[in-house]
Amino acid sequence: MSDTFQLDGKTIPFESGQTVLQAALAADSYIPHLCYHPEFKPHGSCKLCTVKVNGRTAASCTMPAEAGLNVESDIEELNALRRTLVQMLFAEGNHFCPSCEKSGNCVLQALGYDLEVHTAGFRHMYPDRPLDASHPDILLDFNRCILCELCVRASGEVDGKNVFALAGRGITKHLIVNAESGLLADTNIALTDKAMDVCPVGVILRKGVGFSQPIGERRYDKSPIRAQALQDAPREADNKGGCDACEDAP
Amino acid sequence: MMDTQTHRYADCLTPILGRLGSDAINLLQILRELQDCFGYLPADSITYLAKKLSIPRSRIESVASFYSFLHLQHHGEYRVLFSDNITDRMLGNQPLLQAMCHQLWVQLGKVSEDGLVSINTTSCTGMCDQGPAMLVNGHAITRLTHQRVQEIAQLICNRTPLGDWPADFFRVEDNICRGGLLLGNKLEPGEILRTALALGADKIVEAIKESNLRGRGGAGFPTGLKWEGCRNAQGTEHYVVCNADEGEPGTFKDRVLLTTQADLVFEGMTLCALAVGAQQGFVYLRGEYQYLLEPLQAILQRRRDSNLLGKNILGQNGFDFDIKIHLGAGAYICGEESALIESLEGKRGVPRNRPPFPVTHGYLQQPTAVDNVETFCQAALAIHMGADKFRAIGTEKSTGSKLISVSGDCPRPGIYEYPFGVSVREILQDCGAVNTLAVQISGPSGVCIGENEFNRKLGFEDLPTAGAFMVFDDSRDMFEVARNYVHFFAHESCGFCTPCRVGTSMLKQTMDKIAAGHGTQHDLREVENLDHVLQSTSHCGLGRTACNPVLHTLKHFRPAYESRLKSLDFEPAFDLDGALARARQMTGRDDAGAHLKMESES
Repeated sequence: MSDTFQLDGKTIPFESGQTVLQAALAADSYIPHLCYHPEFKPHGSCKLCTVKVNGRTAASCTMPAEAGLNVESDIEELNALRRTLVQMLFAEGNHFCPSCEKSGNCVLQALGYDLEVHTAGFRHMYPDRPLDASHPDILLDFNRCILCELCVRASGEVDGKNVFALAGRGITKHLIVNAESGLLADTNIALTDKAMDVCPVGVILRKGVGFSQPIGERRYDKSPIRAQALQDAPREADNKGGCDACEDAP
Repeated sequence: MMDTQTHRYADCLTPILGRLGSDAINLLQILRELQDCFGYLPADSITYLAKKLSIPRSRIESVASFYSFLHLQHHGEYRVLFSDNITDRMLGNQPLLQAMCHQLWVQLGKVSEDGLVSINTTSCTGMCDQGPAMLVNGHAITRLTHQRVQEIAQLICNRTPLGDWPADFFRVEDNICRGGLLLGNKLEPGEILRTALALGADKIVEAIKESNLRGRGGAGFPTGLKWEGCRNAQGTEHYVVCNADEGEPGTFKDRVLLTTQADLVFEGMTLCALAVGAQQGFVYLRGEYQYLLEPLQAILQRRRDSNLLGKNILGQNGFDFDIKIHLGAGAYICGEESALIESLEGKRGVPRNRPPFPVTHGYLQQPTAVDNVETFCQAALAIHMGADKFRAIGTEKSTGSKLISVSGDCPRPGIYEYPFGVSVREILQDCGAVNTLAVQISGPSGVCIGENEFNRKLGFEDLPTAGAFMVFDDSRDMFEVARNYVHFFAHESCGFCTPCRVGTSMLKQTMDKIAAGHGTQHDLREVENLDHVLQSTSHCGLGRTACNPVLHTLKHFRPAYESRLKSLDFEPAFDLDGALARARQMTGRDDAGAHLKMESES
């Protein structure tokens, strides 16, 4: 028998090595999240999945599950924090949903709707982020990058190519590619790479297919993200043991 | 066949890699030295280095761009950085900065047209008691005056090599104003180590626990518990790390300890190594203190020659320990212990997820004891004196003495050693401060207190401190003090988590908006909301404390803010006339016709 913890009054079983978010998703309980992806080691940068654990806030994607924890997630206090975090991400980049070909398939946009983010909240920063259209098949629109590092992790951990990396510090942090020219065309990225499929927003785009699926008929146009996110989560608990949350831990 | 450029990189890198090893773990040290060859890191030199280290070049670019003192673009033969802590500002660094830009015909933050010089600002360089200060190509220069700045500009114009500049420019004073057991220590190197060897590892840990020694870096974790945890943790190797990344603005005590008591620091590290079972130690020395590297290396060598480091230390069979010095490159966040370890491993200095803690999973995921410079000194003293005598100094929960770095409005800035429990008022009297309006305790991440709190006492019971003590008299504008600190946090945020990366910049925008005369009550309320978000969701202490300077000064000095506010509840930050500034600059105009008239004026 596995141990359990409480999430918003519901009993959640977990296996050793699972984090609070992993266990919750495996038990069909949704906690909003953005930089977490079931196939990669969680790193906890976006903080959307912040929950209260025994009264203290923590990122649930990296918080190791422990027996008897009392976790609160779907409460107004936390949803208000998440709303502000989404507003921050919108204000930090240049997100023009009506003209974005990812509209309707964008996780940031879907979270905005689901969390009822109705206003900008902050003054937009309008950063200057030129596009990279150098590659014949792929477009990079850095304006929409939310620095979740999913492409970095996918290209490094799955593709073994390290096409992407983050450079800079603080508010000047930005995505770069592995080429002396700084251009994607000069990297060894391929359309079949995992890194092509993980961007939650509209940075890494395949050329020539933008609107083949009309806006209005896309994934999050049909039903909100909370109703669909569980489909992305692995149904089986990770039985490898060890602490997944621990970066590089043995 | 190699082209000329590749030859240049090979000539520069071959000896560096020969000395440091072709291992990515030394990336930061390699990049520092590579930059010394060319003044910056040329793109093709990174490609060349990536091949040599067998790592992706994106990783090198990622690391290099994290640190303020590493440059990926040409940055001038002379790279001038004015220390821009509030204490430098109070000593008049702004007019000096402008004068130098004017004299060298260069814009702040830009490289001169001829590629000769760049001028910019940097976070506090730890010279607050002898500012205004600057760094030129990484070398600290103190006590700037108009005359000195003029001379420096002339030396740069003449392309005089830095080694030929007057030695007095680089003189750094200790300014010890009040000594004590620590600063007055005159024990022979090795004396405490002999006592420690006679005690043995278990009893060292016991003695440190009994002394109630707590970490001097600010957080105050019990040192004995840390060492015991590290000792008991399973690992193939154990490590000792001395945190000398003294980056908190207003703190400079570790600089003085490394100058005057380096043997005691190394002695403390060595007895820690004995206690936890480590063979390798590191000193993480902040880049601003690069000038200390050579003297410290010489002391390490002397200790090796005296068998106080190396194999079978003091004849004790199997007691092997040595210390390497690792230089930082301008990143405040590396003072956070897990970020420091990442940086030691040649990575970006991003704080790790915890648990696990460094004490079980530190350097190379092995058990690591990370302690502050002063903590190692105090630990050595505690072993020398015995736990009972050590505990008799200070207060019940804050045992021993504490070094305080006093700067700001007082005639005698410098280092003061007090037993814990000293009141703020007593320190103000000793340093000769008069008409004091406020004191910032423990730097921007600490607390700002007003006159009604000067009877409060330094110690973990009341006012915990890492040592910074910045004094402001009643001529100072506390809004500008807070704004300086807010800019500091925005500059130093590592950018890993959303709330800190974006929140610190939002806070900076708000403070600048208020400073520009566009602030409203609404903005002050927004600061409180922002604080709640940063406190609740930030990845580490930087984000959690980033709003403190504003909240604390608002509490004590609200009129300093309100006098700047417009009475409206909301006012856009966008300034129509301000938007024309660039056009005015380009056309060289600044007459009335080049300005928008305000409606009320027209």
